[in-house]
Amino acid sequence: MGMAMKQMMKLAALGVVVALGACSKPQGAMVNDPYASGQGAYDGVGVGTLPGSAEYFRTAVGDTVNFQLDQSTLSSEARGILARQAQWMNANPNFSAVIEGHADEQGTREYNLALGARRASSVQEYLISQGVGAGRLRTVSYGKERPLAVCSTEECFTRNRRGVTVVAPGVGS
Amino acid sequence: MLRKLLVTSVLSLAALGVAAPAIAQDGPLRIEITDGVIEPMPFAIAAFHDEGGAGELLGQVQRLIAADLTGTGLFREIPASAHISRPAGFDAPVAYEDWKAVNAQALVTGAVRVEGGKVIVKFRLFDVFAGQPLGDGMQFDASTGNWRRAAHKAADQVYSRLTGESPYFDSRVAFVAESGPKDARRKRIGVMDYDGANIRWLTDDSSLVLAPRFSPDGNRLLYTSFASGFPRIMMMDVNSMQTRTLSEQQGTMSFSPRFSPDGRWIVYSLEQSGNTDIYQMDAQTGAQRALTNSPSIETSPSYSPDGSQIVFESDRSGTPQLYVMSAGGGEARRISFGEGRYGTPVWSPRGDMIAFTRQVGGRFHIGVMRTDGSEEKMLTESFLDEGPTWAPNGRVIMFMRTTPGDDGQSRLHSVDITGRNMRPVDFNGAASDPDWGPLLP
Repeated sequence: MGMAMKQMMKLAALGVVVALGACSKPQGAMVNDPYASGQGAYDGVGVGTLPGSAEYFRTAVGDTVNFQLDQSTLSSEARGILARQAQWMNANPNFSAVIEGHADEQGTREYNLALGARRASSVQEYLISQGVGAGRLRTVSYGKERPLAVCSTEECFTRNRRGVTVVAPGVGS
Repeated sequence: MLRKLLVTSVLSLAALGVAAPAIAQDGPLRIEITDGVIEPMPFAIAAFHDEGGAGELLGQVQRLIAADLTGTGLFREIPASAHISRPAGFDAPVAYEDWKAVNAQALVTGAVRVEGGKVIVKFRLFDVFAGQPLGDGMQFDASTGNWRRAAHKAADQVYSRLTGESPYFDSRVAFVAESGPKDARRKRIGVMDYDGANIRWLTDDSSLVLAPRFSPDGNRLLYTSFASGFPRIMMMDVNSMQTRTLSEQQGTMSFSPRFSPDGRWIVYSLEQSGNTDIYQMDAQTGAQRALTNSPSIETSPSYSPDGSQIVFESDRSGTPQLYVMSAGGGEARRISFGEGRYGTPVWSPRGDMIAFTRQVGGRFHIGVMRTDGSEEKMLTESFLDEGPTWAPNGRVIMFMRTTPGDDGQSRLHSVDITGRNMRPVDFNGAASDPDWGPLLP
């Protein structure tokens, strides 16, 4: 219960409102609200995601950590995000995750694939150190193939040097 | 002045028969590619003769031979409007004075005939100022659908005789065609002639595919595919397009494959628990073994043409640099020492040089160096140049150039080893990861 409270507080801080009435829905599914697209929402009634959903993990817990140029070491900010990810995964044991490692476009395709793998592995190791079962975590590197931001300045490069934890229902291998 | 044409025997299986092995004669006329030619050699192609049914192919063959030669940057064609005379027939004498008068140092004459679904291309080469032929006349035949190959073969002969280098026009390039926005790029593998013609698609763009690499005979292709959700090395038979996955170890990634020069081995990168090392696989049995064992990143391996050594990229020193080790693994010696980062080394098929990508001061270069790291030279510079691949004769390099920004795109370019003759490859679209295959038989 304390955990749920904490999550609600976090949501409130993020400006997201939990649809309390949705608790009876199967865990792990996104809230499929006909008014969610915004055009028909009742005045004064917000629409949110379930704490036990992949969408919640992505938006409220935070699925992404960033890295310095050429680095795969985790900053204290990154460790904070990963601690929250681990907490969520420990509370939602029916989810597994694929951790994506990404690099910016500075660097060759093949080196960046290896660098992305290093980053994904850093995230994986940290989550395991926080109690997440290794069998629930797989890694993949996209190198520079899937940038998040498309500009070619340091601002975009910073956003693209990332590890993304993609959770999905399933118990993993 | 008449010279006897060597007669071709047509192989029933091959699309193209070649009249004689390439004999590069030592003539007085010679242009050296390594000199960094500033003034291209003026040459003329006398209007080819139609010896029956050539139709449009007559001009097409002649224009393609001219395009191959001028595309090297070594030769300048004297336009037909300046020509004074034309030999009365393919076997008629050449009026050398008329070609001297327009300063054509070399003269190409030729004829085209089409019969029974085949095109027959004949040519002769003359040293105008010496007043004599340069080598024997030759003829090439191909199915009419393959007329470009016959023209490339003729141009290859002219190039070889005038430069002393091995030919390369009749060759193909595997590449990745790119479409869609930068953050959701779609990629598919194709093969095209070296000049961008005759594109044939080998994969669709339903999953991410990277870095195709030809076998030495050009019949197989290695590439990296994300079809399983994870990078895996695939091997495709280029003719049947049958594909199989080579490395399926769970929880690992494999990428960056290349064949050994004898086609028996595949060297590649294997990632386990975040660490990437170089492995070797028996192409037949799939048996694998590690060639490096280091906590740093080791990738982009490439064999020397004699198969005895491997050049690769490693960040064991702190930044990515180039190293050479025995093909059996073991101790490696560093060969790159300049500022910045080095990657994607590729051993020249001639064995004399290594081409690479170098990133320094926020810019990318394609460069070459001797195999001991000496005589390093940058050939290009841009926001992002990457992934060199050698022409079969080791004198020209193809690579990709990517432009910056939201609408940034990769395009293929080629550059000769002097760095003087850089030009875009005539492929109408975004493309990356070129791999130049062998000279076709």
